[in-house]
Amino acid sequence: MNSKTTSSVTYRPDILTRISRKLRGRKVSRGIADNLLSILFLLILGAFMALPLIYVIFNAFKPLEELLLFPPRFFVTNPTTQNFKDLFNLMNETWVPFSRYVANTVFITATTTFFHIAFSSMAAFVLAKHVFFGSRALFKIVVLSLMFNGVVTAVPNYLLLADLNWIDTSLAVIVPAIQAPLGLYLMKQFMEPIPNSILESARIDGAGEFRVMWSIIMPQVKPAWLTLIILQMQALWGLSSNYLISEQNKTLAMAMQQIVSGGIARMGVAGAVGLVMMVVPILTFVLSQSQVIETMSTSGMKE
Amino acid sequence: MGYLLKQFKKRLPVIIMLVPFFSLFFVFTVYPVLRSMWYSFTYYNVFTTPEFIGFDNYIRLFLQDSVFLTALKNTLIFAIITGPVGYLLSLLVAWLINDLSPKVRWFLTLVFYAPSISGAAVAIWTFVFSADRHGYANSFLLQLGLLSEPLAWFKDPRYVLMTIIVVQLWMSLGTSFLAFIAGLQGVNPSLYEAGAVEGIRNKWQELWHITLPAMKPQLMFGAVMQITAAFSVSDISVQLAGFPSVEYAAHTIVTHLQDYGMIRFEFGYASAIATVLFVMMIAANQIVQAALRRVGE
Repeated sequence: MNSKTTSSVTYRPDILTRISRKLRGRKVSRGIADNLLSILFLLILGAFMALPLIYVIFNAFKPLEELLLFPPRFFVTNPTTQNFKDLFNLMNETWVPFSRYVANTVFITATTTFFHIAFSSMAAFVLAKHVFFGSRALFKIVVLSLMFNGVVTAVPNYLLLADLNWIDTSLAVIVPAIQAPLGLYLMKQFMEPIPNSILESARIDGAGEFRVMWSIIMPQVKPAWLTLIILQMQALWGLSSNYLISEQNKTLAMAMQQIVSGGIARMGVAGAVGLVMMVVPILTFVLSQSQVIETMSTSGMKE
Repeated sequence: MGYLLKQFKKRLPVIIMLVPFFSLFFVFTVYPVLRSMWYSFTYYNVFTTPEFIGFDNYIRLFLQDSVFLTALKNTLIFAIITGPVGYLLSLLVAWLINDLSPKVRWFLTLVFYAPSISGAAVAIWTFVFSADRHGYANSFLLQLGLLSEPLAWFKDPRYVLMTIIVVQLWMSLGTSFLAFIAGLQGVNPSLYEAGAVEGIRNKWQELWHITLPAMKPQLMFGAVMQITAAFSVSDISVQLAGFPSVEYAAHTIVTHLQDYGMIRFEFGYASAIATVLFVMMIAANQIVQAALRRVGE
């Protein structure tokens, strides 16, 4: 053994560390035992998270006798699409045409999302790029209001909607949802890092504030408005509301709940409904994850 | 005068942009909160106009309404467990998956986030916690010998709150989890280089002295989201344990509020409940934000 090998032996791990640093962008590496432990932890927790949802999927394809099997079985042995057919048949027997529920949900979701994005991005632009008397206080109130969802304001909101004669109209659901403060908050934080110099040069070229907002800001904040679409869709797809009373005003989710509440005979249909209601929000997230994460990168609260 | 007019014209677009959102915001968020606070000092139901009665509603809440005290206790237990545990779990998982390759991270993010957006799928837990000896939770614990007879998880006042806490934790990797993932991704790698030079020895030191301070804004935002969720639980309690739950064992402030506001129409009393909840959320938030400021010190 000469000195050359010794030096190369001591040098080697350093190269490895360097490569792994390069790959992972980190200086301190974890030991193998640590990695095993964290993989085990992620596996157990991941199973806890995923198994119930996988169970929902299996249940949707189980024939009734398998659903009623005692003791229950996790996996489906004879998968069938009968539950979906039954659901479809039940849809045709509802009090009002089933398409009405679908149309209600689509109308509520589309209108709310459109105005939510339009209104909150305009207000976010002003709060992010203009300083005026009270602008900081205004934003502070928005941040404070992130803390109470509809629950705290339920009683006065009900009275207000009653005064406006909006109970049992879709306005009772749409208008309060348009001003959800989370959308404004995320949008404003996302707009803040856009350099003011771009805006200034557009203004020097004669662009008005609306032009600046529409042609410069809006294309840059695409991830943010996609995120707002996703958040609204997730909230509104499963929406059921006490304010929608007449059958013809109810949403898809409410119709589904009514179908499911038919007891044991409806268990198969309930399985299908469970899957239908779950799949839409999850699918939207599958399609939009990278944009949502990008939006969240500016979501932080400065002190 | 001409100057003022000119200024107004210059400001007009900005005003037009602010008005749509903030007029709705003040009408449907700020005004209802203030109105609720005012009603909390009145006697008010559907048949009467609000009549000022001072602190009577609050006195009744804390001295005469034993169901409210149960709800308060349950909400506090609930918030104190699901708030911090959900928050730390979100942070821990985000941190553990941060080092993985982008594709694996994408998949795991989906797996951990999915329960929080799967809505009605929460009903599946009635199978897991069904009361007979073949329910998954029962049969598992019976086989391990931890139980001698099956438990009625959602109907037994001793266990119902704990069972709902488990289900709530299942759904607790939500918006704050996504914010943490983004925050971790945004930490400047050169900070780690600098940390190593300054003598950071292990990953825990690195986490405390470099990573967490660098993502403090996300930690603050995540805390707000988690506190709101932890204090306003009601839907899953009603869905899984029913309303009213057995011996009010899963009764929360929000279900109490819904009882008085939407079923009994005692608006003044319900508003006092809402105000108590609101004050609790603000207080919890102040405490947590103060604690988070000390991260990395």
